[in-house]
Amino acid sequence: MAGRRQFGEVILSVENIGLSFGAVQALSGVSLEVRKGQIFSIIGPNGAGKTSLLNCINGVYHPQQGQISFKGQMRARMEPHQAAAQGIARTFQNVALFRGMSTLDNIMTGRNLKMRRGFLWKALWWGPAEREELAHRAQVERVIDFLEIEAIRKTPVGRLPYGLQKRVELGRALAAEPEMLLLDEPMAGMNLEEKQDMCRFILDVNDEFGTTICLIEHDMGVVMDLSDHVVVLDYGRKIADGPPEQVRRDPRVIDAYLGAAH
Amino acid sequence: MIYRESGQFKTSYAADQAMFPIRQDRIFIALLLVAAVAVVPVVVSEYAIRSILMPFLILSIAAIGLNLLLGYCGLISLGTAAFMAVGAFSAYKLATGIPDLPIVLNFILAGLVTAVVGMAFGLPSLRIKGFYLAVTTLAAHFFVEWTITKFGWFTNYSPSGVISAPPLDVFGIAIDSTTEKYWFVLAWVLVLAVLAKNLVRSSVGRAWMAVRDMDVAAAVIGVPILKTKLLAFAVSSFYCGIAGALYVFAYIGTVEPQAFDLNRAFQVLFMVIIGGLGSILGSFFGAAFIVTLPIFITLAAAPFGGQIPAEVLSNLELIIFGILIVFFLIVEPLGLARLWQIGKEKLRLWPFPH
Repeated sequence: MAGRRQFGEVILSVENIGLSFGAVQALSGVSLEVRKGQIFSIIGPNGAGKTSLLNCINGVYHPQQGQISFKGQMRARMEPHQAAAQGIARTFQNVALFRGMSTLDNIMTGRNLKMRRGFLWKALWWGPAEREELAHRAQVERVIDFLEIEAIRKTPVGRLPYGLQKRVELGRALAAEPEMLLLDEPMAGMNLEEKQDMCRFILDVNDEFGTTICLIEHDMGVVMDLSDHVVVLDYGRKIADGPPEQVRRDPRVIDAYLGAAH
Repeated sequence: MIYRESGQFKTSYAADQAMFPIRQDRIFIALLLVAAVAVVPVVVSEYAIRSILMPFLILSIAAIGLNLLLGYCGLISLGTAAFMAVGAFSAYKLATGIPDLPIVLNFILAGLVTAVVGMAFGLPSLRIKGFYLAVTTLAAHFFVEWTITKFGWFTNYSPSGVISAPPLDVFGIAIDSTTEKYWFVLAWVLVLAVLAKNLVRSSVGRAWMAVRDMDVAAAVIGVPILKTKLLAFAVSSFYCGIAGALYVFAYIGTVEPQAFDLNRAFQVLFMVIIGGLGSILGSFFGAAFIVTLPIFITLAAAPFGGQIPAEVLSNLELIIFGILIVFFLIVEPLGLARLWQIGKEKLRLWPFPH
């Protein structure tokens, strides 16, 4: 399907970034361009720097070299909540839900950025603050319907099984109506059926809302089927960049995955 | 069978997001309010109101304040007593400096002063967590105590450091009988509890809980961490400040800075832990438990008719107190509020076992 799809302008451009922790070079000279509406995958062996790259994109890490621009805006040092305000949402490799809160509250938190009323209004509740909360509740219910998690609305997320927790986490990210969604191994540890559901949600999000998706995943079948574009990292360097069928045949990628001569 | 929500369908999000979504709860709260406002002053002796209900209500406010900070935002503070002192002495300075200032406004201003002080001591919380934060708030405690004792300005140069609250009046109505003071305090408690409940069920509360549960994820979905933590410190200190002001003006009348010692901070902390972290209702349970426990222990010792010497009794009180706290931390870390919730769930099924 990749060849037939048309994409908009470049929404995210990463230029030559380098990130190191002490003597460990996590990323060096990585550049990539993500176009609007793409499903973009980052793959690579463990420790290749995939999660570090996502962390740079949404401001959790600050790369020592290089530049990142999102929607044409070059950014200096940026904090995660500023990246969120620009329209980047994210899920985590290890489920990072707010365990003490219900599914509904978790997803509602995803909309906090969109709420305008200050804490004095919220303390009074009646009037504008309540109207705002209810309007956002209606939006959140759409996300809940979309992800088919109506039945667990009021359940504390700590009690949910792993597959559902991953789904709630996706819901929290979607509630922010992001322009770009970063998914860090959304299918890790899932069974076949759960993976199929998750694939369907990812394709639907991309299709219905036009959200650009940047994905890290180890299941090659999923990556090759879903992606429009794939970037391969190994030891913090980019070793391949292109459509899935091209990347699949790249000898360096095969080397990296099969552990041939380095 | 009595406590069942079956048949109560929510047809709007407003009904579902209500403060008390279940009808039985609403009836219960309404009855409790009527009892607190109208029945208590008639039935309960003046002495009991003064010595049990007043400290219970006032410390409930402080417990709600600390619960917002510790239970909702996950930031531990041992500065509660210091913030109460700031509130008390600010209200005193305001009342003696501007005698025409209406008392309600005075208390709100005193609360705001405390909020600013609390925010200043909350700044380290961005970098420091857990026990280390407890130590920095401990510094707040000793700093405030020292400042108030050292500079006579705060006590209007009273030689003993003791201050006496001027008489209370609300919009020209003098408040001097115990019942009037009780109503005055009760009004503050109700308003502040409702405001706290509103905060925690709104975006503000969700931001606090998000920071408590997983701060990195909170930042990534757009919760500004520093602002959220400082707001928690500010609101929490505001509550403690009002509690401190009420403590002096409506409860004991004369106070020295040592009334707000570290024991007071621990007392409020235990209220929050035993009552239930992250529960407004739990703050009331905790306050009631801690305030009435010594009375129950004394009553339980009464049949032994003076066979137990007084000093043994007071130590026994501390021992039982300690044991109960350890017991709660192990058996029910979520406190009395959780027990209340379990009780309600059981009641839904009663008289059937499943």
